[in-house]
Amino acid sequence: MTMQITDPAVRRSAATKPDFRTRLQSWIPKLVLSPSLALIIVFVYGFIFFSVYLSFTDSRILPSYGWVGFENYDKLFRLRHWDIAVSNLVVFSSLYIIFCTVIGLLLAIFLDQKIRGESILRPIYLYPMALSFIVTGTAWKWFLDPGIGLEHTMHLWGWESFSFDWIKNRDFAIYTVVLAAVWQSSGFVMAMFLAGLRGIDNEMLKAAQMDGASNFQLYRRIIIPQLRPAFLSAFVILSHLAIKSYDLVVALTGGGPGRATEVPATFMYSYTFTRNQMGIGASSAVIMLLTIVAIMVPYLYSELREKK
Amino acid sequence: MAVASSDTAIRTGRITRTFLYLVLLLFALFYLLPFGVMVVNSVKPLSEITGGNMMALPKVWTFEPWREAWATAQIGVEPTGLRPYFWNSIKMVVPAVAISTILGALNGYVLTKWRFKYDTMTFGFMLFACFIPFQIVLIPMARVLGLTGMAGSTPGLVFVHVIFGLGFTTLYFKNYYQVFPTELIRAAQIDGAGFFRIFQRILLPSSGPIIVVSVIWQFTNIWNDFLFGASFADLDSQPMTVALNNLVNSSHGVKQYNVHFAGAILAALPTLLVYIVAGRYFVRGLMAGSVKG
Repeated sequence: MTMQITDPAVRRSAATKPDFRTRLQSWIPKLVLSPSLALIIVFVYGFIFFSVYLSFTDSRILPSYGWVGFENYDKLFRLRHWDIAVSNLVVFSSLYIIFCTVIGLLLAIFLDQKIRGESILRPIYLYPMALSFIVTGTAWKWFLDPGIGLEHTMHLWGWESFSFDWIKNRDFAIYTVVLAAVWQSSGFVMAMFLAGLRGIDNEMLKAAQMDGASNFQLYRRIIIPQLRPAFLSAFVILSHLAIKSYDLVVALTGGGPGRATEVPATFMYSYTFTRNQMGIGASSAVIMLLTIVAIMVPYLYSELREKK
Repeated sequence: MAVASSDTAIRTGRITRTFLYLVLLLFALFYLLPFGVMVVNSVKPLSEITGGNMMALPKVWTFEPWREAWATAQIGVEPTGLRPYFWNSIKMVVPAVAISTILGALNGYVLTKWRFKYDTMTFGFMLFACFIPFQIVLIPMARVLGLTGMAGSTPGLVFVHVIFGLGFTTLYFKNYYQVFPTELIRAAQIDGAGFFRIFQRILLPSSGPIIVVSVIWQFTNIWNDFLFGASFADLDSQPMTVALNNLVNSSHGVKQYNVHFAGAILAALPTLLVYIVAGRYFVRGLMAGSVKG
């Protein structure tokens, strides 16, 4: 860890007479960085290590250190409860990512057509991002409640046969989580795409237009391919949000009806803290971590390497 | 603005434009509806909600639900309203935002202007810490907070939020300082200015915008956090989000929807306010959160 003091004058003086002040100066930057680094090494990476270790032990209500090998993972993969959580996450995250991307791209392209009132519409699309998932969950839970929400209103307006009870229906409840989550995040994806669209060179588009390209062709052949980085960022951000989603499920459905909307994040919490199966809880957290690692590490690696 | 039309390549006809506006307005409605309806219903008496139409404006306006949500609603076992929890959140958010932003600024400064071997890798490790599923640290964190006596306390929550916010604040300042002319810093060095003097006199005065971005991002994230609050707080330190969830999901008695709505809006108010006042910076923070500066 040698410091590159880029100023030759300082380096020379350090070489000829390494007085105390110069030496101290060269250490300060590392000293300043070290508390943050120490915190992260201990409380992030140390804790990850500890959780991984716990996942191989017979911990129940409290951590215990009896080694049981892969037994927790074995049990975990046999649990119907975990199966439900994983398949819900697959359904939820794929629909969430697809809808957010499609709606975000659509709104961005539409807004980019010199729309009057763009400065009013944009904040309306984006404000849900400022809300807590608990607030979003509370709002949608009630809005979708057949007894007093949308269904009830439609009945009052004379559409007697209107039925929308997804939130109470085991087979459809997970889609209400998708709906609320898309509501919350699609504006953000719109903002990312809009920034990408505004960065595209107009001259190239004009040239293509002179060659007789239609608007649709312009978007399909030239503009959308140039948004590749925005697509990638959106995918990474959304998938990481999806895997971590906990609050929204708790506030909207509480994992129910039954276990119909259980996801790995709620599974981990209930196994660890209410069912006192800490070993299994830890092993489910490890699986979640591995999924995130598989997505984030390549992304961060390529992003940070490019910057150099 | 006369040149504006000649400077865009895509042109659209009248029918297409009508269609565009229609779709855009429909989506605006979609985004406004759930929250807007909640606002309208928070000033209705309960009978108008359970017996009436949620889309209708209130026949009788009442601010009783707001008063009740703030001061008297039953949360957990105590009829305290959300007020004490609101202050819990403030007491947690202010120090956590301040500390993580200051550390982030210093880290960003070191990582861009005092480069060392493996600095990018170090930064990568710090950044990845923001993206981990927090479930992986819940168990050890609960243990450590318990052993150090910080469990169930506001300082404990501040500590947790500082650690898991550091990566993002460092990212913001790093990206911002990256483009700051290094020549200025070299010149100051030749003049004999030290590490902190350079930071204070040269970088800090021009860091205004990025400080705003970092503060807003941290404020929104920490205020809206639920998982850490639910896991590590007790009654005396529970943040607003946890209290709101308790209020809405309490099983006893008649569901006081209007009080729930008022409570939800109270919980959303600080972050919404920040968004309305400083939306531009909010968006910038979101963008920078996708790693690219």
